[in-house]
Amino acid sequence: MKKLQVAALKEGTVIDHIPPKKLFKVITLLKLQNCDNMITFGTNLESKRMGRKAIIKVSEKFFEDSEINRITLIAPNAKINIIKNFEVVEKRPLKLPDEVKEIVTCPNPACITNHQPVTTHFIVQEERDVVLLKCHYCEKEAKLEEVKIK
Amino acid sequence: MKNRSLVSITDYSKDEILEILHLATEFEASPNQKILAGKIIATLFFEPSTRTRLSFETAVNRLRGRIIGFSDAMTSSSVKGETLHDTIRMVANYADAIVMRHPLEGSARYASEISPVPIINAGDGANQHPSQTLLDLYSILKTQGTLENLKICLVGDLKYGRTVHSLIMAMSHFNPCFRFIAPDELKMPDEYKLFCKKNKIPFEETTELAGNFDDADILYITRVQKERFLDMLEFERVKNTYTLKNNMLRNSKPNLKILHPLPRVNEIHPDVDNNPKAYYFQQAQNGMYVRQAIVTKVLGIK
Repeated sequence: MKKLQVAALKEGTVIDHIPPKKLFKVITLLKLQNCDNMITFGTNLESKRMGRKAIIKVSEKFFEDSEINRITLIAPNAKINIIKNFEVVEKRPLKLPDEVKEIVTCPNPACITNHQPVTTHFIVQEERDVVLLKCHYCEKEAKLEEVKIK
Repeated sequence: MKNRSLVSITDYSKDEILEILHLATEFEASPNQKILAGKIIATLFFEPSTRTRLSFETAVNRLRGRIIGFSDAMTSSSVKGETLHDTIRMVANYADAIVMRHPLEGSARYASEISPVPIINAGDGANQHPSQTLLDLYSILKTQGTLENLKICLVGDLKYGRTVHSLIMAMSHFNPCFRFIAPDELKMPDEYKLFCKKNKIPFEETTELAGNFDDADILYITRVQKERFLDMLEFERVKNTYTLKNNMLRNSKPNLKILHPLPRVNEIHPDVDNNPKAYYFQQAQNGMYVRQAIVTKVLGIK
């Protein structure tokens, strides 16, 4: 049996195939720094598919779609496995969320959200493989690569 | 539609747009009424815009409503650092509706989400100015008798001009045909051309004004601003080729009307003003009837 690089999980969620450079962003987006559950993570692990990868295992936590889908913004190829009694019981496909609140900064310097305490809110659209975020407030569209994720 | 804010022209359906235009016709027939008696409308102008403010305030005064507010952020508490949130919540305690002009884009949408009374957006930076769009539509309807199947030439600053962008959105309900006439520096952004394609709205593009509007029903001219140009020689060239003169109208259609959101600088030579096809001053006057329609509509009075 192959030795696991990060200890197995009895119950919970595994987020696998995260690009190592995105690990800490994923942690921030899922607000794991405020999570009291047992969490293990590893980075720069060997991966046949990616060369190097990062992985996060959160014990006894099952994310809402709206939470977990946030990470498609930075790690669209990550894999989500739901674990019950040491077995993978579900592979959850990641979907682009319809909208994102709070986590993205509007690139328009004249947007109200960059000047006043207003929670950002974007409508997510995908057109010909380009992900566009349209600001609910200033109505400007920006490509995903052009926005800053908090 | 009672108690519903007007932030963007896309907040209104085709039927709602037509309803506003119909109401504006009624107000034009009798602009002095008492239907806003007992109502207080706040006009909060965080940046000065005398033209728009006077138009809204006259609209309300002629209907016997009362006005409170400020015409410059320097005289409001925002200069002390009060957030927009707090200003709106405070004013909403006093007024039945709020007309707001603010330099930040998206400020009107935000205000509409936190305000218990309807917000009418009188311009949020370079973003939206729906009462201008509705008065443009009213002027087109009034002069052409219809909004359907018209050929509209948009001229000047098509890149930054929010009025032309909103006009495309609003006219998309009425099967129009557009020609975009602009120097390369100020061409229509792809976003709006894509919108036309998606909605099967035919359009052409050209950089020359002269001789390119003889088939048009509406010639909508916008101001070419000096500060948009890096090369001042280019600005001087463009400024002159984009000036409409009376002799250029010789072969235009008899029903052609020339619109301009004003203020104008060089784009229309004063010798056009006496041509019956010049309509920009009546267009501004139409704004008052349209704003009477908007205010009564958001208050649910009409």
